Amino acid sequence: MSYQSMEEAQIRCEKEGIEFWKAIQLEDADERNVTEEDSWKEMKHMWKAMQEGLDVYDPELMSRSRMVGKEGGMMDAYRKKGDTLCGDFMAKVISNALKMGCNNACMKRIVAAPTAGACGVMPAVLVTYYREYDIPEEKMIEALYVAAGVGQIIANRAYLAGASGGCQAEVGSGSGMAAAAICHVKGGSAAQIGHACAMALKNLMGLVCDPVGGLVEVPCVKRNVGGAFNAIAAADMSLAGIESQIPVDQVIDAMKEVGDKMDVSLRETGIGGVAGSPKAAEVMAGL
Amino acid sequence: MGSIFDILGPVMVGPSSSHTAGAARIGMIARQLYGRQPKKATVYLHGSFAATGKGHGTDRALIAGLLGMKPDDMRIPESFEIAKEEGMDFTIEAKDIREAHPNTAQIIMEADGVNTMMIQAHSIGGGRIRVCKLDGIDVSFSGESNTLIIRNEDAPGRIKEVAAALSDAQINIATMQVFRDKRGGIAVMVVETDQIVPGEVMDNLQSKDGIIRVKFLLAN
Repeated sequence: MSYQSMEEAQIRCEKEGIEFWKAIQLEDADERNVTEEDSWKEMKHMWKAMQEGLDVYDPELMSRSRMVGKEGGMMDAYRKKGDTLCGDFMAKVISNALKMGCNNACMKRIVAAPTAGACGVMPAVLVTYYREYDIPEEKMIEALYVAAGVGQIIANRAYLAGASGGCQAEVGSGSGMAAAAICHVKGGSAAQIGHACAMALKNLMGLVCDPVGGLVEVPCVKRNVGGAFNAIAAADMSLAGIESQIPVDQVIDAMKEVGDKMDVSLRETGIGGVAGSPKAAEVMAGL
Repeated sequence: MGSIFDILGPVMVGPSSSHTAGAARIGMIARQLYGRQPKKATVYLHGSFAATGKGHGTDRALIAGLLGMKPDDMRIPESFEIAKEEGMDFTIEAKDIREAHPNTAQIIMEADGVNTMMIQAHSIGGGRIRVCKLDGIDVSFSGESNTLIIRNEDAPGRIKEVAAALSDAQINIATMQVFRDKRGGIAVMVVETDQIVPGEVMDNLQSKDGIIRVKFLLAN
């Protein structure tokens, strides 16, 4: 049985003197009746697929609706001029989040993390950091365990589908997972991983799912940027010793409550939010 | 509950895990339950599947699944054309299904010389699904574990016989659910097993009195 709460996983870490990622891996090996080595190999495959997914980006491609596709390339060109507001590393995070979002809209092969709509958040944070600072690959695979474990607990207590809980369940969860993962890469403890996740989730709580025309394009592609930025900020806050005043499990439960109260027009039906704007109607009429 | 690789993953063709990958999986499991490629498929989409399915390629993914494609198959965008080449007729319509999950599809499959089969399933996010109706009987399973599906007459002793046959073959039951349409009517057992159920055990089950049909889905 997978962990039902972050607390349960954290208690195991303390009791057995293991790191958070290890607690997730042991549970996976046990649950699926595979060896730790086989579990690791599978996670390594996800890590490779995530990098390949990013590298196939083509700035010339446009989605079928022609609403998105070239943004990753535009951000890259801007960054290379060396005069961004947020600095070179964060500008790379932005362009990588955009690239993955565009790849997904163009029906390329991606890694859902936790969903396809949110597939840009994790690689934007993790692959960018890995390449920038030359981190050992093993550390990144450990980080994927952290992210997957966090995501599974969110799935157990709340949900991961925009149609069920709005975008907070997709980009919100992806951001919480990425915050936890990068916190581990930077040496955060199991408790700090929990705080990073909690702060990331809280910052995006209430986020609605309002895709124009129901397509995973607008505002989804750019929202991946928001999720990635937020993850890095939450992890940095946690590494600074700042704690979430509300325990992470209670934040997840609150997210579920908010999702349950969310009007159906704001849950991936393409009716409310920016999907209901006059401009969206105009765009749809032109398709 | 699925594994961590349902959370990180699947590796899939975009743009939506619930509306594209999940839809492909529903089609794929429907095909496996039917045991063959249907000659004709009637697909109904409900809720968000109906409202936004076209833009997400839900329609193409469902048909791709019925053609046996997995969610990472790069041919998903061309599934309508492939269905035509392979002679599988299909229709897709919106339909309001009472009290159904927002991402629900209903599929009626027909082929020459075999009974028609109806399944209803919904996509719960991250590419994971649940089958919730089989030929009008409420069921609940994901296809993520080895799953034995037995249709039988609702009468005393059937469950005991199935449990005994599995136990004799050293097959451990992970979960077991029983459903029926009415007292003394048709019942369905959904048995998730830790081991693969071999052909001879399937034949043994199929030969028992009151057992109408036995089907085994390999974990996927």
